[in-house]
Amino acid sequence: MLARVATFAIDGVEPRQVWVEVDIRSGLPSFTIVGLGDAAIRESRDRIRSAILNSGFEFPATRITANLAPAFLRKVGPGFDAALAIGVLAASGQVPDQALSAYAVFGELSLGGELRDSPGALAVAEGARGAGLARLIVPRERAREAALVDEVAVVGVGSLRAAAEVVRGSDPPALPAAPNRPRPALHEPDLIDVRGHAAPLLALAIAAAGGHNLLLEGAPGTGKTMLARRLPSILPAMTRAEAIEVTRIHSVAGIHADGLIAARPFRAPHHTISAAGLVGGGFPPRPGEATLAHHGVLFLDELSEFQRSSLDALRQPLEDGGVTIVRGQRALVFPTRFMLVAATNPCPCGFAGVDDRCGCGEADLRRHRRRLSGPLLDRMDLLVDVRRPDERDLRSPPSTSSADLRAQVREARERQQRRLAGSSARCNGDMDVRLVRAQVRLDSAAEQALAQAYAVGALSARGRHRVLRVARTIADLRRHDVVAGDDVLTALSLRQRAGADATLAA
Amino acid sequence: MRSAGACDRCLARSWLLGRLAGHLEPVRQRIDPLLGLSDEALIAAVAGEQRAAVARELERFDVVRARERCAVAGVEPICRCHRAYPGGLAALGSPPAVLHVCGGLERFLALVAGQPVALVGARQASPYGLEIARSLARGLGAAGLTVLSGMALGIDSAAHAGALEVGGATVAVLPGGADRPYPASKRALCRRIRSTGAVVSELPPGVTPRRWMFPARNRIIAGLGAMTVVIEARAGSGALLTAAVAGRLHRTVGAVPGRITSPLASGPHDLIAEGGLLVRGAQDVLDGLFGAGARQAPGRSRPDLAPALRALLEAIGEGYDTASAMRRTGLEVDGGLAALATLELTGYLRREPGGRFSVVP
Repeated sequence: MLARVATFAIDGVEPRQVWVEVDIRSGLPSFTIVGLGDAAIRESRDRIRSAILNSGFEFPATRITANLAPAFLRKVGPGFDAALAIGVLAASGQVPDQALSAYAVFGELSLGGELRDSPGALAVAEGARGAGLARLIVPRERAREAALVDEVAVVGVGSLRAAAEVVRGSDPPALPAAPNRPRPALHEPDLIDVRGHAAPLLALAIAAAGGHNLLLEGAPGTGKTMLARRLPSILPAMTRAEAIEVTRIHSVAGIHADGLIAARPFRAPHHTISAAGLVGGGFPPRPGEATLAHHGVLFLDELSEFQRSSLDALRQPLEDGGVTIVRGQRALVFPTRFMLVAATNPCPCGFAGVDDRCGCGEADLRRHRRRLSGPLLDRMDLLVDVRRPDERDLRSPPSTSSADLRAQVREARERQQRRLAGSSARCNGDMDVRLVRAQVRLDSAAEQALAQAYAVGALSARGRHRVLRVARTIADLRRHDVVAGDDVLTALSLRQRAGADATLAA
Repeated sequence: MRSAGACDRCLARSWLLGRLAGHLEPVRQRIDPLLGLSDEALIAAVAGEQRAAVARELERFDVVRARERCAVAGVEPICRCHRAYPGGLAALGSPPAVLHVCGGLERFLALVAGQPVALVGARQASPYGLEIARSLARGLGAAGLTVLSGMALGIDSAAHAGALEVGGATVAVLPGGADRPYPASKRALCRRIRSTGAVVSELPPGVTPRRWMFPARNRIIAGLGAMTVVIEARAGSGALLTAAVAGRLHRTVGAVPGRITSPLASGPHDLIAEGGLLVRGAQDVLDGLFGAGARQAPGRSRPDLAPALRALLEAIGEGYDTASAMRRTGLEVDGGLAALATLELTGYLRREPGGRFSVVP
């Protein structure tokens, strides 16, 4: 007898529908699974046999053939266990075949018949919605996550037995309650902890308001990391669609287990990370840090210590908002719309411009600059020097809080969205040359400041474009419709001096 | 090619120095007297077991090929027997037999015939030192003087760059062949110097620099310069060697003061203590060369500053960090950053790595 169960494979971070077909024929007892499965799927035969027997069902002592269709798609991982087991039960008449057609089934089995926590349930639920399946059976731990998808009735079960009962028509168990954890909001980093750092705070607000990538430069211990960690706290809240996307990605990566992720991700990979770790890769392709930072912040501390190959690999993700990985004639796209924040020492010893401890000469500085990837620096709109706050600042009350700045940022974003409506850009940082030309209007003082900066060689053509984008954001924060001279001058003071726009003279 | 540029004998001498480059390395402490020896004595003093071989090679020295090599490298030689040979060098105990000139012999001779000023100093210089070197060279260049230096990292290159900035004349004396920019990272600077000034060397084209060539080069800088100014030099720096040679030649030695706590200032301060000329700007150099007030350093045309900007500039000049300087002048961060950008664009301030601003004199 033949049974068919719907499930989903996770291809990158996207769901792909897979039909599990189980055929039971008379013959010598055997259990074969075909359909390009990996080792985990070959081994699932033993898990399924034990799980079925330990759940009080019978394991048919005949010839069983299971197929995972489509056959060309390589299938990975133990998430097909539950679908295979239900398929065997249906093919052997132990659960009703008819009822199954409305279900998708997902999850790994233990030998005892429990459904184990399996990453990627949200992606599967989105797949079920896309395939028009009304009900989805997932492990209990993943039920709340999968239930984020509307239009699909999610059934969280703890065991194969319970799953079979549901298919037979008993009432599905209620969704598990939200875990009673202390509110994390209290511990989230907030700009209220910051003393001094007036210029970096302004730069953070500009970066957040315009979606500009930001480079923090300063001696060790001046607070670069501390400031960068607080950037998500002033970014506008994610929309529900963004939050679901982030949750799906993090679920697939196995770093998130429960409910919807509300806070924008902040990823700070160590500088020893490989190119594949940063942008994704491997086999099967896994999302990299750039994708995990999707809709959030990717923070590269000690930028000069990263391998050049890793940094250069970030070029496409920064440019296109996605990274394409080709494996065996198949191309996967991982989304990578993140804000890049990087921190670096000003020189190899880190003390340039701070005190006489810095013994770095011209050659050292040149070497240090060369270590920073040119293509990456080209994508950094803002550079701010982070200097040690003085003693008076440390004793003074905080100058702002995340809530305050976030309100300003939100307002500035709204101004941008009104202006950019109908264009490809969502914020000033996304504007290309043509949009800048069309959207950024300057008053005469601004024109003059820009012309002067260009004339004295403080700007390259590309640097000029960057300054215009940033000036537009500063004007948005200051509620200027036309960019004023001071907006341009502030943008110029936060311009990049590395790479093409180094210093004014040799 | 000017036939009278260099005589065969001097070209042979110059070849010999290149040939003995390796042998001179271990005895570089005594390089000055050695360079004063005759060819035979020099071979005898340093060539060791290869004495006979080197002497034979010298005898068979092919002057035609040497001239060809110079022509191919774009180098014009002038020797000490020539009447146009720079007079300043003749005063040296061991004047270089040949100067190999890249960038035009006529122009080089014209440039060093005036009152060239040597600006020398540390490789690992501070932002302050680099700024001073650049601005001093700008002032001298604008006043029509030739700026001499060694194109080394740090002060030397900053001096060349400053002169070039105002379209002034500048001459670089290299340790190795004049066709070999050293350090290699200064290739672009070398090209710019060659196109409007000159790049010269004692050694024939193609010779790679060795350590003994640096003090040898320094004596040429001191010899060519009417005045030598030291900007930042640690104790034992090569720049002090240049100053010492200039002192022995009775040329004026100037020095730019720094902070007494900085090791980079110890060299210049010693020079000033020993009676060197205190150099605070191009005007001091002009006064030292031509007599007080005889010539005026042309001022830079910079726009007048609003009082708030002037106050900020002064606070930074007094050594306050940007944040403190803004606070002292009552500027908020928004206005303060814009003010800094204005000062930078109008040439009053320069932003250094690490976010410190230094005042452009």
